[in-house]
Amino acid sequence: MSTLAHVFEAEGLATIALGSMRNQIEHTAPPRGLFCDFPLGRPLGVPGDAEFQHGVLAVAFDLLDSPEPVVAEYSVSIEDDESDVVACTLPPRHDPDAHPAVDEARGLRNAYDRGVELTGNRAGTGRVVDADGVPDAIEAFIRVAEGTPWKVAGIPGNPARVSQDIRGYYETAALAMIDHAPSAWAGTRWFLDKTETGKAILAARSAMRDSGAKHGHWFYLAPGDR
Amino acid sequence: MSDRDLKAMTADIETPVFETTAFTIPPPLSEATVAIVTTSSLHHPDQDDFAPADTGYRILDGSRRDYVTGHWSPNFDSVGFAYDMNTVFPLDRLDDLAAKGVIGKVADQHLSYAGNQFELSAVRIDSGPAGGRWLKDRGVDVVLLTPV
Repeated sequence: MSTLAHVFEAEGLATIALGSMRNQIEHTAPPRGLFCDFPLGRPLGVPGDAEFQHGVLAVAFDLLDSPEPVVAEYSVSIEDDESDVVACTLPPRHDPDAHPAVDEARGLRNAYDRGVELTGNRAGTGRVVDADGVPDAIEAFIRVAEGTPWKVAGIPGNPARVSQDIRGYYETAALAMIDHAPSAWAGTRWFLDKTETGKAILAARSAMRDSGAKHGHWFYLAPGDR
Repeated sequence: MSDRDLKAMTADIETPVFETTAFTIPPPLSEATVAIVTTSSLHHPDQDDFAPADTGYRILDGSRRDYVTGHWSPNFDSVGFAYDMNTVFPLDRLDDLAAKGVIGKVADQHLSYAGNQFELSAVRIDSGPAGGRWLKDRGVDVVLLTPV
């Protein structure tokens, strides 16, 4: 992002670059940078909190008064509470013949639809599969976890992209089941650690890795530290 | 899983070095036209999604609110943006500031690139300057750059 700041300034635009990674914004030294120690994915800090967001923007725009290049640090940090998980009730078993992960995903469909209604489909599904296609996509990953080579398991597209759709489906459903903005990563931790589908995705990822799949094919099925 | 671990994983990624720093003095903020340029791969549903090594940009219509993220990395919290687009793309906040006269005008259109690029030469010599000129030609004075 700082690359764009340098390039834009050369085109006659004044820029302010927000950055959540200290080393990157310091090393790339944009003409005006504001390091905000916030979780990745939240450069304005707190979703749903206009006052907090305005606080960040006020400091950012103040940098325009600097007569020379400057990289500053925002005074407020937001720590990731690594134990925080959204509290969402998972649906009871409905179809005993379906894999628990598939049954679970079907049971969350109403919540997903409500989530889309509430917040749009900003990060939900649609990269490769839409909501209707999520259960079949989960079944494909289950086959991978059970030993089917990933290339013939029926994953309906790039595995990483399909995995994003599935994660987005669950995280959007979660937003419909809580009444507040969750802390960073609380939705992802819920998906990966508490749901049958999250466990299936991680199992498929391990199976792909262990079977010698290329790094790029399995690694991006989940955040890199998993 | 933790944000701290994810940041540590990427701490050693090589970053570009600029031998000189271009520096543009803007007009007073209260008279300036401000645009957002995000590297969060936002696009409208009816635009092309971003490819994995996509160095191009998408034009975001400021009168719409149907932005979706096309970012390929799983290494960021996407729920914040799903809950409130202003967490990444603070267009409503800019509208607030324009209504108060803090900024002169919010640009009608904004740009989105794909971050997480390991090969940046195309951005440096092609799509970056092109996007900058595109904004400049439309009267933009100040750009707020937001990542994910």
